[in-house]
Amino acid sequence: MKHIDAVYHTRGEAQFVDDVPPPADMLYAAVFFSPVAHGTIRALHIEESQAIEGVVAVLTAADIPGENQIGPIIPDETLLAEDEVHYIGQPVAAVVATSPEIARKGVRHITIDTDEHPAVTDPREAYALGQIIGTPRTFALGDVESAWANCDLVVEGSCDIGGQEHVYLETQRARAIPLEGNVIRIYSSTQSPYAGQRTAAKVLGVANNSIEVDVKRLGGGFGGKEDQATPWACLVALAAWHTKKPVELVLRRDEDFQMTGKRHPYASDFKIGVDRTGKILAYQAWHYQNAGAAADLSPPVLERTLFHSTNSYFIPNVKIFGASCRTNLPPNTAFRGFGGPQGMFVIESAITKVAETLGLPREEIQRKNLLQDGDAFPYGQRVEEGRAVRTWEQAATSYDFSAIRDCVERHNVEHFETKKGFAVMPVCFGISFTTTFMNQASALVHVYTDGSVSVTTGGVEMGQGLSTNILSIAARTLGIHPERIKVESTNTTRIANMSPSAASSTTVLNGNATMVAIGQILDRLKAVAAKEIGLPDPARITIVDEQVYYNGDETDWTWTKLVQTAYLNRVGLSAHGFFATPGIHFDKQKEKGHPFAYHTYGTAIIEVTVDCLRGIYDIDAVKIVHDLGRPLNELVDLGQVEGGLAQGLGWMTTEDLQYDEQGHLLSHALATYKVPDVYFMPDDLQVQFLENADEPLGPYGNKAVGEPPLMYGIGVFFAIRHAMRAFKPDADLAFTCPITPERVLMGLHAEERKAIAFTLATSGNGEAPTPIPAPSRNP
Amino acid sequence: MAGMVHFFLNGEEVQTTEAAGILVLDYLRQRAQLMGTKEGCREGDCGACAVLIGELEGERVVYKPVTSCLMPLGELHGRHLVTIEGLNGEALSPVQQAIVDEGATQCGFCTPGIVVSLMGYVMEDGAEITSNGVKAALSGHLCRCTGYRSLKQVEPYLKASIGEETGIEALVANGVLSAYFLDMPERLRAIPPFGSQNGQVSPEVFIAGGTDIYVQQGDALPEIQVHVLNLHPEMKGISRRAGYLHVGALTTFEEFARDPEVIRLIPEIQDYMFLIASWQIRNRATLGGNIINASPIGDMTVLLLALEALLVFRDGQTSRTVPMTRFFKGYKQLDRSPSEILTEILIPEPAARTRVGWEKVSKRKCLDIASVNSAIKVRCEDGVIQEIGLAMGGVAPVPLYMKETMAFLTGRPISAETVQEAFPIAQREVAPISDVRGSAAYKRLLVRQLLMAHFTRLFPELMQARDFYETY
Repeated sequence: MKHIDAVYHTRGEAQFVDDVPPPADMLYAAVFFSPVAHGTIRALHIEESQAIEGVVAVLTAADIPGENQIGPIIPDETLLAEDEVHYIGQPVAAVVATSPEIARKGVRHITIDTDEHPAVTDPREAYALGQIIGTPRTFALGDVESAWANCDLVVEGSCDIGGQEHVYLETQRARAIPLEGNVIRIYSSTQSPYAGQRTAAKVLGVANNSIEVDVKRLGGGFGGKEDQATPWACLVALAAWHTKKPVELVLRRDEDFQMTGKRHPYASDFKIGVDRTGKILAYQAWHYQNAGAAADLSPPVLERTLFHSTNSYFIPNVKIFGASCRTNLPPNTAFRGFGGPQGMFVIESAITKVAETLGLPREEIQRKNLLQDGDAFPYGQRVEEGRAVRTWEQAATSYDFSAIRDCVERHNVEHFETKKGFAVMPVCFGISFTTTFMNQASALVHVYTDGSVSVTTGGVEMGQGLSTNILSIAARTLGIHPERIKVESTNTTRIANMSPSAASSTTVLNGNATMVAIGQILDRLKAVAAKEIGLPDPARITIVDEQVYYNGDETDWTWTKLVQTAYLNRVGLSAHGFFATPGIHFDKQKEKGHPFAYHTYGTAIIEVTVDCLRGIYDIDAVKIVHDLGRPLNELVDLGQVEGGLAQGLGWMTTEDLQYDEQGHLLSHALATYKVPDVYFMPDDLQVQFLENADEPLGPYGNKAVGEPPLMYGIGVFFAIRHAMRAFKPDADLAFTCPITPERVLMGLHAEERKAIAFTLATSGNGEAPTPIPAPSRNP
Repeated sequence: MAGMVHFFLNGEEVQTTEAAGILVLDYLRQRAQLMGTKEGCREGDCGACAVLIGELEGERVVYKPVTSCLMPLGELHGRHLVTIEGLNGEALSPVQQAIVDEGATQCGFCTPGIVVSLMGYVMEDGAEITSNGVKAALSGHLCRCTGYRSLKQVEPYLKASIGEETGIEALVANGVLSAYFLDMPERLRAIPPFGSQNGQVSPEVFIAGGTDIYVQQGDALPEIQVHVLNLHPEMKGISRRAGYLHVGALTTFEEFARDPEVIRLIPEIQDYMFLIASWQIRNRATLGGNIINASPIGDMTVLLLALEALLVFRDGQTSRTVPMTRFFKGYKQLDRSPSEILTEILIPEPAARTRVGWEKVSKRKCLDIASVNSAIKVRCEDGVIQEIGLAMGGVAPVPLYMKETMAFLTGRPISAETVQEAFPIAQREVAPISDVRGSAAYKRLLVRQLLMAHFTRLFPELMQARDFYETY
């Protein structure tokens, strides 16, 4: 099935929050945010802003009727700053005006006086200062301390891992409509309607049922709207509460960049021990997560870093430490992979260092240590139906590793300026929210008397194809044509208490809930059919292609006839289905349990060419074998794999979040923050889905697909490093990502840099201070 | 400016007194309530707001995709603005159907803009559908969901469905485009030229395209007097006279790169364009705007500087010519009075056997701003450098004309040794700063690397990169 919204997308008719025709009296909000990274507020001057014609209200913390608190896990985050500011970009006031332009003008007329305090942007520094959010965690297996002695080689190292901006093409936005009885309906671009609902209710001091959140679709989320869509929903609700008018807030790109959190940067250390064949005997890692100024989702993100710190490898002795460190950056948040990618980058770095030290091919060590059935993860769960080896072997065979290696080596002998490199990247990713209680979902299904069907779930369509998946699951389960089914917007009055659309689990949870709801309706319909047609056993009734069958034999009853008959017999044609993932648990005291319903696996091969004179590179090819269970909608699933990969490749290479020492984000626009474009992605991009790989939990044998493919992108870092080694085998190369063209060129030219420094020192031409040019558009 | 802007929006004639400086994007979404055009970045970097602009060229109307977030409303005068809504028919077009069938849309936010650019591609007369052509059409668009493979896959689909039937007439005949496109030449000709732009009120800002000034001052421009220079067709066009290539200051990057005279002078210009902006921006950005904007890192500026172009300014009835090599005085400080308008750029025809090169290194290869860029022209005779022009961007507060390095190289034998000897000279001449495009040390290293790259690329028979490494 094709993406069910695709036709509307291509015609520009798919409506996002602010595409819906605005009510005539709608107001527009804009946000004044802290210009300093850390300070005590002495005074906030809003009078000038209030005096501007068209400004209706300027709202500050004092205008919040309920609780000024939006922290989702730990209550440590205000909606609008009160006494202190903790990062540049922290909302301080909202201007509400008759047009977005006037609202922004109002923002420009607000000033703030602060007593500035030192800002910390480095997680190690924050850790040393005791700025730790929650409790540091340690996962352990075996006994690393005694294992080091048995190793033939022990190497240590450090990684510096960059963050990543989500760059959902649709920036954060929300529109609030005041309804009768102090009820507010919020149209929000959120992955978590319930978080928006309960937080807005808390901020306004009303019951949850006074807030309705409705979500039609998102122009991308990627985790960035899991928790961080909430403040904007709360702000429009607050503004509508005060003005009694509809209010819309749409962040501009540079505002979104500066005000919202990102993938967490990490500083990590590793120690790894192997025997002389490359078998890993012990691994220890220390992860210092740059959480930003508030907890947000940092603790569970850190937890997933620990869960995935050994990636696809079995290591008998493991100790992984992690701490969320509070810094003066915007609160970092969920982003596809949710901490897993950082954990995997570190183990891949450790393996690379071992390979370089032993002079063995990196992939030989990777292959030797892949997970096998029965192997224990450091968190206690054991590998069942593991597919690390299967996907690796299929990739090695069908894409011909040795031919790729030969081609790379031949090129490198024949060429001086350009060098090729390749890397293999296995991925093992656990599926389920690691916070067990969140693995629940609901669906509401109505069958109308004309045979048409309405399905609502708690899942949000954000481009991942959820609506398409739900529709095909519903059509298949009901036995009717997809054209009869409509997937509704996600709405808190139809589905209560939904978990966010996240953790790759949205289709798993909501698809299964849909099947539960439909199962109830089908049971009732079959009872009606049995009675009306005079069939003894309702269990032998099936509906296929809108026709009723008994024991596989067609009857003359159609879907619509059955529905109408049921209605006249006063049989309920609606049902609410509920699903909770079975068999999962985790004990945070012992750090052991069975947190994941299952794991997904895959292997990618990444080939690059580096222009060693200029430091720039091309990704030549990415070839993937991915374990998807049974595809549900092959186009949708393939899109998830390719799109996830692109984000992973971007994270590792050109997506470069640069902050100055005062905590200003320097790359806060798409002119300076570079995500993959059509030429960046390789033309040779191949994906194979593992066959005969059904997942019993389903739905329909399908496995979760949203996040795991992102981590294939990690391989590009090691492929580029491989090529750099071919140019300069003894280069001193860091495990710092993203590996930008600057890092490549500088890494390859230590001597040349020294020569330049010598020239300057001997000519007395130091770095004369010159004004910093403003960023320029298109040279 | 008080004049009436008169244009066609899809099939409708529009006359408006809205401020000339407001963005076409804002006009579409806020005034015309056409919501298919999306705002993704407001600085021309994502393509979500792409629209087609149709302009009379002789008897025909030629359509080009542009980013509506960097285009002033005033520039629409006498033109045809086409949005996604104007491209929709009853059934899906082949472009739309291809995207649907290939699964090339996920969240859908970038999709309308992509459809617009792909339509712009197939609407070009004689357009040949190729994989490179499709990629070029997609080049200014960011899609954060798909990874682009499925988007590239529309090429075989379009080849099969549209094939050689490209161009407006064929597309209308085949029901892909609405019939109103055929009436546009006549309807646009009927629009009178823009009235008294200069009027009584003197403009505060001249806009020559606007692709940079809207990024820098976008919130201010709708509220002030702007003078949209693009309403002056006489400042466009390229001709060859008296040893110079005369290039109108409003010539867009794309027009410049497609001109046969330019290609003769700079044979690799199309290769450079691959690394400069995007199709949608190159259709708007002008050479004059690039120079006057005075970015120390302007791609075309650096090229023209190495070619030692002359700049012709007009101020009322008087005119003045300034060598570009003496034009940049300091960061964004120019040898130009506020009332002077750059009308023409004169590129001297290089002597025979002159080789021209251009280099750019940026974080992302395409649609990115350089960390350092550089251009060179060199003429050698009997193994000796006779004449050289060398410019570098991103290494000083101004686009830097590398006088000392040039002086050193002139008259010396052309060899790797000579180039190596020039490295310290160049290092003393540049003064890069650390910024978001790279550290000062990185830019200094690039100065060395690009100097080497120029010579190894232009004189492969004399030196190779290897020569520069084995001496260490």
